[in-house]
Amino acid sequence: MDVLFDNLDLYGVAFLGTIELFVLAGIGSLILGLLIAALRVSPVPALRVFGTLYVNVLRNTPLTLVLFFFAFAYPRLGLVDLSFFALAATGLTLYTAAFVCEVIRSGVNTVPVGQAEASRALGFTFTQTLSQVVLPQAVRAVVPPMTNIQIALLKNTTIAAGFSVVEAGGIYASLSERGYNVLIGLLWVALGFLILVVPLTLLQRRLDARWSVSR
Amino acid sequence: MSSVLYDVPGPAARRRNTLIGVLGTLVIVAILGFVLYRFFAAGQFSPRLWEWILYVNIQYLLLDALLATLSAFAVAAVLSLVFGAVFAGGRLSDHGWIRGPATAVVEFFRAIPLLVLIFILYYGISRGLGIDISAFWALVVGLMLYNGSVLAEVFRSGVRSLPRGQSEAAYALGMRKTQVMTTVLLPQALRAMLPTILSQLVVVLKDTALGFIILYPELLYQARFLGSQTQLGAPILPVALVIAAIYIAMCLLLSGLSKLLERRLSRGPKAGGTAPRDPELQSLVGSGAAQ
Repeated sequence: MDVLFDNLDLYGVAFLGTIELFVLAGIGSLILGLLIAALRVSPVPALRVFGTLYVNVLRNTPLTLVLFFFAFAYPRLGLVDLSFFALAATGLTLYTAAFVCEVIRSGVNTVPVGQAEASRALGFTFTQTLSQVVLPQAVRAVVPPMTNIQIALLKNTTIAAGFSVVEAGGIYASLSERGYNVLIGLLWVALGFLILVVPLTLLQRRLDARWSVSR
Repeated sequence: MSSVLYDVPGPAARRRNTLIGVLGTLVIVAILGFVLYRFFAAGQFSPRLWEWILYVNIQYLLLDALLATLSAFAVAAVLSLVFGAVFAGGRLSDHGWIRGPATAVVEFFRAIPLLVLIFILYYGISRGLGIDISAFWALVVGLMLYNGSVLAEVFRSGVRSLPRGQSEAAYALGMRKTQVMTTVLLPQALRAMLPTILSQLVVVLKDTALGFIILYPELLYQARFLGSQTQLGAPILPVALVIAAIYIAMCLLLSGLSKLLERRLSRGPKAGGTAPRDPELQSLVGSGAAQ
């Protein structure tokens, strides 16, 4: 108990960093993932190829390597000078976007072609088909796995702590400097993540039970 | 080609698509060109920064690092499969006092970030309890606990997705619980789950890179070392690119294997009945792959 209450400031700042990183990268990855999914399902082959390439490269690179690149190699390029925090958020966004893209794409693909064909036959325009017929059905298939991707992102933020971002994963180093028991300190961190992750998992299961469509 | 979103294009749509294709390609080429130009302007393509590839010692160093990565992967993969099988068995048990703890363990290790788990093993236990765990074992045990828990869920949903008639028929034939599990349910479940299991192994391979953070001398660790050598010109960017290519090649090989298996299995005679329908499972695949 002492380890937690003596260092409440540390835990507060660190978990705040985790949540900030999670929210930023979460929103960023949803936007970028949607864009890349649009590329991947577009009728233009060149755009499809680029989308596929992006997803395959990012999905098969370890996140540690992506952050490694942003932490050590990016500053050498002499581009805009960004803080470690901004770099970590960018890396997490780029990495997670590949998974978001795949979830959206497979969600859209679960809608049977007949649905769209029927709506076109009724004279719906592209926007109408998309917003009235395809998306409402696709969302049901997308949201539960998307929650999972975002849970994974929340846990992945800890890797940023390995690259000197103030984040819950890095608490152990400061605790050890202050001379506290690192094991107990880390167990508190684990408990903190349980508190953050378990509600999301429960939400995901409820959505899954409610929204899964039997086709 | 008609898809959900787009009808077969007519002449006007084809013209528009060509236009979008050309413009889109130009934008993408411009972005990639800008990145390459920055690389070039920062001198990252100067021959001096790429010279290190030619040194035999460095090639051996990278080979050793690759072996370190692969050995951590191999040990962790085998241990996770065993851990997953044991805890899936526990979660499917008829006895509450086995099922409860097994569920708790699996849920706990799935909810905690892998890196925190590795820190607990590497820093926490050595400094808190005085038991020294080497970086290799901290990495491997961490990978085992996390991926083993995910695999336990995969195995469990595999068994639960089988038609109930399978176990009922086996019981009717007079088989014991263990016999039903090992001779009837598990072989079918494994067959249906093989692609998912393999994609989880890709996750294990990718996550060995976390060893870098606890200074286990794997690929990324050596990349950092090479990248900071000033007599080589500190070629961190070229090294990172080469290491990325190695990782992508290894992961693509593994996922290629799983796709091949998937295709072969779905062509098989019995695959129709054993295809996983469990919605929980489909979400599991998503969560596993993202880690």
